[in-house]
Amino acid sequence: MTVGLFIPCYVNQFYPNAAIATLQLLQKVGVKVVYPPRQTCCGQPMANSGFEHLTQECNNLFLENFAEFDYIVAPSASCVLHVKDHLHSDEEPAKAERVRAKTYELVEFLTDVLKIDKLAARFPHKVGIHQSCHGLRGLHLAQMSELNAAPFSKPVRLLNMVDGLELVTLERPDECCGFGGTFCVAEEAVSVKMGKDRVSDHVRHGAEYITSVDLSCLMHMEGILQRSKSAVKAVHIAEILNATR
Amino acid sequence: MEKAEKDHAALAEEFIKDEERVDWHDGALWWIRQKRDMAAKNIPEWEALREAASQIKNNVLSNLHDYLLEFEANVTKNGIKVHWAADAEEHNAIVYSILKEKGIEQMVKSKSMLTEECHLNEYLIERGIDVINSDLGEYIQQLDNEPPSHIVLPCIHKRKEEIGEIFHEHLGTEKGVSDPTTLTRFARRHLRNVFVTRRAALTGVNFAVAETGEYVVCTNEGNADMGAHLSEVQISSMGIEKIIPQKKHLGIFLRLLARSATGQPITIYSSHFKKPRKGQEMHLILVDMGRSRQLGRPDFRDSLKCIRCGSCMNTCPVYRKSGGLSYHNTVAGPIGAILAPNLDMRKHADLPFASTLCGSCSNVCPVKINIHEQLYKWRQVIVQEGYAANTKVLGIKAMAWTLSSPTSYSTIGKAGRWVLNNIPFAVNNKFNPWYKQRDMPDSPKESFGEWYAKHGKDEVK
Repeated sequence: MTVGLFIPCYVNQFYPNAAIATLQLLQKVGVKVVYPPRQTCCGQPMANSGFEHLTQECNNLFLENFAEFDYIVAPSASCVLHVKDHLHSDEEPAKAERVRAKTYELVEFLTDVLKIDKLAARFPHKVGIHQSCHGLRGLHLAQMSELNAAPFSKPVRLLNMVDGLELVTLERPDECCGFGGTFCVAEEAVSVKMGKDRVSDHVRHGAEYITSVDLSCLMHMEGILQRSKSAVKAVHIAEILNATR
Repeated sequence: MEKAEKDHAALAEEFIKDEERVDWHDGALWWIRQKRDMAAKNIPEWEALREAASQIKNNVLSNLHDYLLEFEANVTKNGIKVHWAADAEEHNAIVYSILKEKGIEQMVKSKSMLTEECHLNEYLIERGIDVINSDLGEYIQQLDNEPPSHIVLPCIHKRKEEIGEIFHEHLGTEKGVSDPTTLTRFARRHLRNVFVTRRAALTGVNFAVAETGEYVVCTNEGNADMGAHLSEVQISSMGIEKIIPQKKHLGIFLRLLARSATGQPITIYSSHFKKPRKGQEMHLILVDMGRSRQLGRPDFRDSLKCIRCGSCMNTCPVYRKSGGLSYHNTVAGPIGAILAPNLDMRKHADLPFASTLCGSCSNVCPVKINIHEQLYKWRQVIVQEGYAANTKVLGIKAMAWTLSSPTSYSTIGKAGRWVLNNIPFAVNNKFNPWYKQRDMPDSPKESFGEWYAKHGKDEVK
């Protein structure tokens, strides 16, 4: 099995450590991983702003980079959801459909494809899990608090395999952090207020780290944490699952 | 088409300046969301009920023409006069002509978002007709000359002290009294007098049963009943999408409505109106007002399934933090943001963007409207129709160009990190909305791509 590693544009530029952790984690569990160097972006920033019609070149580039792999895995629920919902090609619709079906978010891939049931990871800290909306309500990585349905959580299941890690309980388990793509600057006041309230839930409940399957949410909350000189850190779930300290 | 003076972002920013109010507003609505969750989770068949309601409404929308004619025939048979109104102007003119013919100059009105949409009160007041809203929240908003900020909880954005002040100013209560029970009792005494003296009452309609020609009005205060039962002329206004096929379907909707709205098992009053009392006249106005246009938009027609429970507002974090009035539309929140562009795309071009697309709205919706997917689709329509700001168009085009080519992307990415590393003030300033209240991410020495080119071949143990 060869996995094409899809590292979203802003993760590549700002969070290389999360990308490295993803690569190493996949290698540790025995997967052959290749990173196609000519990749850029899934096109979501344009599409969510109402410009889906400008994303065809991103789509074509994505297909060119990833069509050959058995699976495509990314440490970002939001970008994966965009690919699964919107990647298309007028010239090669069947190819686009195949790529959509074999694209996975990292936690989903470890859980549903590799069926991981143990990890050699250690992270002796109190951790709050931030449910990214696209991971939760888009990819159904965990049960959604609004529904009358049986609870489950793929990220929590994996985090429970990490030695020394203690999850904190939040008041609002799956409230949006307010990042929302271009919303974070277009609706700056609302975005920041949402972020402050989300961060405060974690801080009040004793989290030392806030983790998530999405770095976009974490980048937003990290910006708020750092501005308030908080000691609480934001860390991508791959970095915890790959940690051995 | 008019353009709103201030968009959602600007109005929300004003609301957020009073952070204590925002926290309290957010907390009050979150508490209602929690009550809704408890009510929903107490019913094992909750998700099946939502599915059934969604399917019934699908059927209604697909056969609306036939159901409306069936309903009209049965209503008429029951002795109620039916009127059809294409828009607000026609609706308001019908109400006025009914009152004028009877020589009535005062009317009491229970909650009806449709008449708010039609600006009926202003229309009638200009023509010398006095209208009083009898729903307590709407009454408070009317006294304060403000539209409702929430369809179920019209004055949820107001503190009890502010309501005490409004009562003192308009109704002469003692200054400084803000106890809700005291104020409610005072309003009740005042409204009782209104009910007794008004010859005409207008109500909204929650559900209209095609099979029987009756309609159901749901309230917690009994104010619709009080007005209707004492009136000589009863007028009811309904959007044409309020139809349900048969009486047996009512149970599904009544079980969903109050649980979704407030977490109550059922509204205190679910009143069936079918035929006039002896000596009473009843009029029913069926209003289109953009609904058939929306029905013709395949991507957005499902918005007409809405039963106006307000649960999408209570769960929406953007709504909770920004307040209903920031949506500058009668129906605020996520559902308002998918209904409003149909009414006036230029004026409401900002609303589909006033969302993080978190999707919680679609999950609480009792009739399973895919609200967040429709928000995404409206964004595409609004841009295609040319209602996006020019600066945004240029920015997004530049972004699309950068990201469409690996070379331009890696050059610009490198330049971006170089700028962040070496001249942080270039981005860390007040002209960058990110930096206003958030730090920029630390800028790493090298991108993952650059790291991988050097180390990608190393095996990890």
